[in-house]
Amino acid sequence: MIPALSVEDLTVKYRNGPGPVTAVREVSLEIQPGEVHGLVGESGSGKTTLALAVMRHLPEQAVITSGSIRVDGQELIGLSPERLRPIWGSQIAMVPQDPLSALNPTLRIGKQLSERFEALSRSDARDKAIELLEMVQIADPARVARSYPHQISGGMQQRVMIAMALSAEPKLLILDEPTTGLDSTTEAVVLDLIRELMRARQTATLYVSHSLGVIAQFADRLTVLYASELVEHGSKMDLFENPLHPYTCGLLDSVPRLGENKREIQLRSIEGRIPSLEDLPSACVFAPRCPVVIDICQETRPALEGAGATRQVRCYRWEETRAGEIDPRQPPAPPPLERPTIAETALQIENLEVRYDQPRSLAEWLRRSPRQSVRAVDNVRLTIRKGETLGLVGESGSGKTSLAQAVVGLVDSARGRVELFGAELPTQIKHRDRETLSRLQMVMQNPDEALNPYLTVGQSLSRPLALLRGIHSEEEVRRLLEGVRLPPEYADRYPAQLSAGEKQRVAIARAFAAMPGLVLLDEPVSSLDVSVQASILNLLNRLQTEHGTSLLFISHDISVVGYLSETVGVLYLGQLMELAPSENLFDPPYHPYTEALLSAIPLLDPKATQERVRLRGGIPSSLEPPSGCPFHTRCPRFIGDICIEQTPPWQEDKTGKRIFCHIPVSDLRREQGQVFAMRKRE
Amino acid sequence: MPRYVLRRLGFLLLTLLLTSSIIFAITQVLPGDVARVILGREAGEAALNSLREELGLNDPLPVQYLRWLGNFVQGDWGESFSTRTEVRPLVQQRLGNSLMLAAVTLGIAVPVGIALGVIAGLNENKWVDSVVNVSALSVVGLPEFVTGILLIEIFAFRLGIFPANSSIRPGTSFVEALPMLILPALTASLVLLGYISRMTRVGVIGEISKPYVRTARLKGLSRWSVTYRHVLRNALMPTITVIAISFGWLISGLIVVENVYNYPGLGRLMLFAIDRRDLPLLQAVAMLAVLAFAFANLAADLFYAYLNPKIRLQ
Repeated sequence: MIPALSVEDLTVKYRNGPGPVTAVREVSLEIQPGEVHGLVGESGSGKTTLALAVMRHLPEQAVITSGSIRVDGQELIGLSPERLRPIWGSQIAMVPQDPLSALNPTLRIGKQLSERFEALSRSDARDKAIELLEMVQIADPARVARSYPHQISGGMQQRVMIAMALSAEPKLLILDEPTTGLDSTTEAVVLDLIRELMRARQTATLYVSHSLGVIAQFADRLTVLYASELVEHGSKMDLFENPLHPYTCGLLDSVPRLGENKREIQLRSIEGRIPSLEDLPSACVFAPRCPVVIDICQETRPALEGAGATRQVRCYRWEETRAGEIDPRQPPAPPPLERPTIAETALQIENLEVRYDQPRSLAEWLRRSPRQSVRAVDNVRLTIRKGETLGLVGESGSGKTSLAQAVVGLVDSARGRVELFGAELPTQIKHRDRETLSRLQMVMQNPDEALNPYLTVGQSLSRPLALLRGIHSEEEVRRLLEGVRLPPEYADRYPAQLSAGEKQRVAIARAFAAMPGLVLLDEPVSSLDVSVQASILNLLNRLQTEHGTSLLFISHDISVVGYLSETVGVLYLGQLMELAPSENLFDPPYHPYTEALLSAIPLLDPKATQERVRLRGGIPSSLEPPSGCPFHTRCPRFIGDICIEQTPPWQEDKTGKRIFCHIPVSDLRREQGQVFAMRKRE
Repeated sequence: MPRYVLRRLGFLLLTLLLTSSIIFAITQVLPGDVARVILGREAGEAALNSLREELGLNDPLPVQYLRWLGNFVQGDWGESFSTRTEVRPLVQQRLGNSLMLAAVTLGIAVPVGIALGVIAGLNENKWVDSVVNVSALSVVGLPEFVTGILLIEIFAFRLGIFPANSSIRPGTSFVEALPMLILPALTASLVLLGYISRMTRVGVIGEISKPYVRTARLKGLSRWSVTYRHVLRNALMPTITVIAISFGWLISGLIVVENVYNYPGLGRLMLFAIDRRDLPLLQAVAMLAVLAFAFANLAADLFYAYLNPKIRLQ
């Protein structure tokens, strides 16, 4: 059988900068027809370069210096753009990461779908577009075909991209992180669709992803890339059950799995940083971060060795690993200190409401019609005890960021009562005194934008020290750096000289500089690579126990929230749906929305079982939130008019879990099974 | 879309009101007594006063402004101090001339400028790009009287294809005037070409690196389809604004070119009015200049909205 894709010894170099830089180094892989091949790696691993090289659509600075790429037996290297064009149209197709930017904003969806069929008449083209939209299960294909990209939801946009890719009936489909930008409940629906289509069509697929969960659920075989190098390759079961390369082990260990909590499991983060392509280690690229490194690893590049019929590893010590003689895993973080629980309340939020008024048009103003407003946060009530972490999880539009901004005082229109250590907080930050400011600090999602690029790390850290604590001391700056495990010489560096993980450490150090009692963290790890994410989570844990700080941790990732928190709140359309102690979050009874969230997460264990609860449609507009229970329009357990007409009651079960639902807790418990089952790791 | 148009029209009216009051105010603070200008130096105080009363010059300024504006809107633009004739026919005739010249100029500059910009943008940093850039920049840098004299030397004196003097008579039809329009239009085009091509180039470069262009290429579309159907529509949006501003400049700011070729356009009329302190004439020309700018911008906004569904479907 001719493989759908066969890549041999492919090397890709970038010519920018002082000398050529290798982005992909002698990589080989093969995909049989009907097979799904996962390509896993972090940023800088070369996975995107490899995918683009396979499409022969590299940026201009990139050159393929050696190797061969054959699609369905045909060699692509050396083909001119004119010869590639028919191959792009029929042999290979790609679904990119961000569907909105991949669609032309000024052309209708139908036109973009049908323009490849140049021979079709106008009405045939329209029928073709509708047929393609039906294939990807779009309920109202005629309307969507007439729409422009910005008029449809992200999930729909991605379905359109899938339809567009499959309309070529390609021999090889490349999926480049196709669901990374989507909310988890939407992601689950799109992943189901992809799975179904691939099963029906038997299209060979290269699935590029940084998410091990998606790969665990999707791929048949997988290739792990690290810093331009193929480090391990084999069947999904082999790699997930018995990883032989220390990097694969590290990658699998560094992600908190759904249901794990910091009380039971310490994450094993991969120490150090991903090397930049400009100065790759000359021998084994992973040697500087490897726990079982020996002399030869730093001297000679290891060969890709066969470790079974269909398995390859690039490591000198894989046989020892397989025999159990060495442990290639990273050391776990030390368990946090036991700390007496203090009943003191750090943050108390009562009936918090955030509204954003919409501007009125002249006509509306003249008619004196009332202002429309978006209710971003509605009637939220929360308590965080001293030294504890409250996690908030929600999809886009859930109001989680508005809530954080209201607490730190950046929303003028917030209403309700917020108390910090017993003292009421003024709504606006300009009315808060220094002491209040120093007790409440925040860490943002994107450290690139949160740090002033023109200030050195030391300057950034000494600002809050001087302003909020009146300390002018380089000693203290060094102590702060030490606290986030950065060397003292970093005080003189600029943010641009730091990696993303290091920048986030600086941002965290800055937040802790004021010795706050409460730190708000808005998605602090979601822009980071998984191997870095674990070390930040461990760092937060340690700082929290050392200082007795309370954390309000906000994320879209329920695995991470569940791992780090004592209590978890689930937000939907600005309202809390559930408030659960993290040890009970993953067991029934669940709020129906939590149930759907837990069912939507691609699990990291290929043998895991998971119930399939899928939500219809998208999140309703918060301009006109649904009446009664805000979740009723999408609820799979909808019980009737009561959900539409009445605000649900807060119910509490025996374990202290609180659920905002009309269905009695006992009924929920009876009807709901465990949403997912996964083996525990030790 | 209807709401968008209404909003734009509302803004246009506001702009016109504001600029008209500025024009009125400026002509008021200019030194010189209108009555004396009209009656001459020897006129007696009584005659001056009765003329002031007759012209309404003793009324409060806001009243004078509203009266002036009302008259202007109704088509009564007053009588020129210097020619002692109605301002309107004179200005209208010059406006017609300026419009003809603007049409020919844009007819040359827009297609050529866009084509050059697209070619340069598609070949970013290659030699074609450098050639286009360097030549466009050097042409923009040359003052119009230099390029104008050069063009006259070549096309009028050496080759004798087009006349050197473009002083067309009133009532000349467009077809008759066309040979005389070519050289001034070419001169003005050379100024605009640089702006239009550079703007287009930047637009094209900004768009071709966007993911949707990759999508289009990977569909297997030809280079021409990708450029024409996908890139151009999005890349031209900033260029449209530049063209609109150029139109305003062509109507009223073309003083140098009109002088070089002796072309009777609005620019020269404005110069004449300033020279003679002919307030009614100056006000009328200035108002037309503002109108030209405002309507060109409105047209640009509407075209922009037509190309951009995010605005059109608001």
